[in-house]
Amino acid sequence: MNPEKIREILKEVKDPEIPTISLVDLGIVTDIQFSKGKADIELTPTFAGCPALKIMEDLVRDRLVQEPDITEVHVVTTFDKQWSTDMITEDGHKALLQHGLSPPKRNCGNFSIETLEDTACPFCSSKDTTLNNTFGPTLCRTMHYCNNCKQAFEGFKPVAS
Amino acid sequence: MDFFNEAHVNAAKEMLYKMADDQLIIGHRNSEWTGLGPLLEEDIAFSSMAQDKIGQSEHLYGLLHELGESEPDTVAFTRNSPQFHCSQLVELPIGEYDFSLIRHFLFDFAEYLRFEMLVNSSYENLANIAKKYKGEIKYHTMHANTWVSQLAQGNEESKSRLQNQLNDVWNLALGIFEPGPHEGVLIDSGIFAGEEALKAEWLSAIVPLLTKMGLIIPAESTWNPVYGGRTGEHSDHLQPLLDEMTEVYSIDPSADW
Repeated sequence: MNPEKIREILKEVKDPEIPTISLVDLGIVTDIQFSKGKADIELTPTFAGCPALKIMEDLVRDRLVQEPDITEVHVVTTFDKQWSTDMITEDGHKALLQHGLSPPKRNCGNFSIETLEDTACPFCSSKDTTLNNTFGPTLCRTMHYCNNCKQAFEGFKPVAS
Repeated sequence: MDFFNEAHVNAAKEMLYKMADDQLIIGHRNSEWTGLGPLLEEDIAFSSMAQDKIGQSEHLYGLLHELGESEPDTVAFTRNSPQFHCSQLVELPIGEYDFSLIRHFLFDFAEYLRFEMLVNSSYENLANIAKKYKGEIKYHTMHANTWVSQLAQGNEESKSRLQNQLNDVWNLALGIFEPGPHEGVLIDSGIFAGEEALKAEWLSAIVPLLTKMGLIIPAESTWNPVYGGRTGEHSDHLQPLLDEMTEVYSIDPSADW
């Protein structure tokens, strides 16, 4: 057992609300230490108000205690690093699309409403879309409408660090 | 920085209580638009911003806990009005949308700028949180700016409603920057550059924005900040808010949720 193996195992732990994407691919698992059977996992919050923060700690802990080589699990959520959407991996972007969410732009740094408006439809890929709301049903989503395939869709909100 | 210095700890606590209480109370007020927003999108916007603010306050109460205060739930749900340090601005009822938008604009810009200043704080845990919150609060100020701008340039009614609210709320907004008892310690230790500096940043940011929209800032000779909130002096609106906010928690404070 080592940090790399633990990282692979944690790819099985999916976001509670977006079941196609793992916490690893979301960039939430920001440090893994392993020594003498004890695993220390650091999680970094996506949004400070995300109601799933504590659930994610539990999911990580519950998965790792199943491993016979891991005798002790310590999970901590901290702001020592600051999460940004740039920490979502390429696999993560694919997983978001699979769920019907438009992935966030990379290097969004100083984003504007125009950045958010320039979003492709996750269903038909058309750029002929309208931004309806910079807020959505969860803290991480924006709301859009595709004028091409006539469907409403949500985007993953770009957050800079 | 290492908090072995009692003066630093007291100064940081006083500041954190103000910040967390502001967020918790305005977050609660934001949530009162849920189900009542003038448009579905605005209902969602205020509900989302409520979640952000309340969630952010929890982490600030967490810092207070690290400094020796009680657990966040205890601090948030078991104090009464005289023990709260929020500005009087945030405790007022939501009123009509014109009031809520003006409060949202004035408060959220101050909050964004406060966190921007705290990015450089010598209090490392707070600086890290500030770096994070800045990115989130940017969505709040963007929303406020968009809506106040659109409506200020809408028609006679929308413009005059916003202007009247700006006139009425201005002194309450100035109350955000009530100087605390530890300004010197905060400044000298590098924890925070102080309320005066924040107020100056705020004015530099919002006066051009409001002016560009065609709104008029009240004349400086009429400014009369509404102080008291930071020292536990509140309007009649805060206690009923707290009674409602803590109603479920109070049924069984020892329950596991």
